[in-house]
Amino acid sequence: MDRDIVFIALFAALIAALGFIPQLTLGFGVPITAQSLGIMLCGTVLGSKRGALAALLFVVLVLAGLPLLSGGRGGIGLLATPSAGFLLAWPVAAFVTGFIVERVRSVPMAVIATLASIVGGIVVLYAFGVVGMSINLGKSISESAMLVLAFIPGDLVKAVIAGLITAALLKARPQSILARA
Amino acid sequence: MLSFESPVQTLWHGVPVVWKLLAVLLCTLLLFILDSIWVQVFALVVCGILYVIGGREFFIAGVKRLSFIWPFLLVILLWHALTNTAMQGLMISLRLIAILGISNLMTMTSRLSDLLGLIHKGLTPFRHLGLNTRPVEIAVALVVRFAPIFISKGTALRDAWKMRSRKKPGWRIVFPLSLAAIDDAEQVADALKARGGTLQQRD
Repeated sequence: MDRDIVFIALFAALIAALGFIPQLTLGFGVPITAQSLGIMLCGTVLGSKRGALAALLFVVLVLAGLPLLSGGRGGIGLLATPSAGFLLAWPVAAFVTGFIVERVRSVPMAVIATLASIVGGIVVLYAFGVVGMSINLGKSISESAMLVLAFIPGDLVKAVIAGLITAALLKARPQSILARA
Repeated sequence: MLSFESPVQTLWHGVPVVWKLLAVLLCTLLLFILDSIWVQVFALVVCGILYVIGGREFFIAGVKRLSFIWPFLLVILLWHALTNTAMQGLMISLRLIAILGISNLMTMTSRLSDLLGLIHKGLTPFRHLGLNTRPVEIAVALVVRFAPIFISKGTALRDAWKMRSRKKPGWRIVFPLSLAAIDDAEQVADALKARGGTLQQRD
């Protein structure tokens, strides 16, 4: 249990760190932030429960006021922003991502981690995020969904990166990939 | 160490953090329930006065910390203007600024130790039920301790990349950073176990 707690905490710290690294760039110069990549990695590396707890710990600390969100943001007022739904959905996204990686073992890790990141880190996350956005902006769900479409290509790239990184971590530290423990 | 406290001491630093949190929650609830633009304007004016009371330097620091919301405001105002709901867009924008302003006031005038103490107090009901809350408190302390360390490692990796390539640092530095996090986690887990782990300690 002690090992689980430490992994949960340090991955929450990793999510924070990924928000402070200057924006990563796609091959053709489009900047993307790495923090949601951290959420995907929580699921693919730690598994469903631990990954969700790491994301939940991070979200609770952000809402408590710690400046852990990209750009040094934090505080309960973030619940009023258009992206509040996405923030609150991070534990769910990590859980679903980890659930898929834990259950499907017959497929190479790079592939299943990518697919899991797409399902959890994009499909599930956007479902919650769009609802939250429509509530905070007073717009319909379909209108809110149109607004976030532009971010999907970047997130697809992040899902592929999450798959590749998880596969590399599995080779480097197989005993530390708790999703496959 | 993570820090978000204001550069100057103000009247608001002396207010207990519990009261500030309750005030933020109450204001947020009221601003969502009272669906009138004048209520949002009033809240924004009051919020501004609270910052002004803290002094010029505090006010400027507060405005700088809130500057991240301008893209959100731009999108909200433009979107609502294009869909003929400009007044609603204005109300949402004013509410957003007021709520974030009040929330930011709380974080700028509260020490990190006070916020961590708040979490400790918040876990008291669980302790009364006989649950061991030490794992949560240790986890929180580890995040606070290691987030700056990982930020520093990420910066070092980025600088190392820049020494070797003219291209901007890409996703490749995420792998070594993740590996460092895993290695640190294994070492810290062993150290924690050697020190008694997450056994409950008396308050």
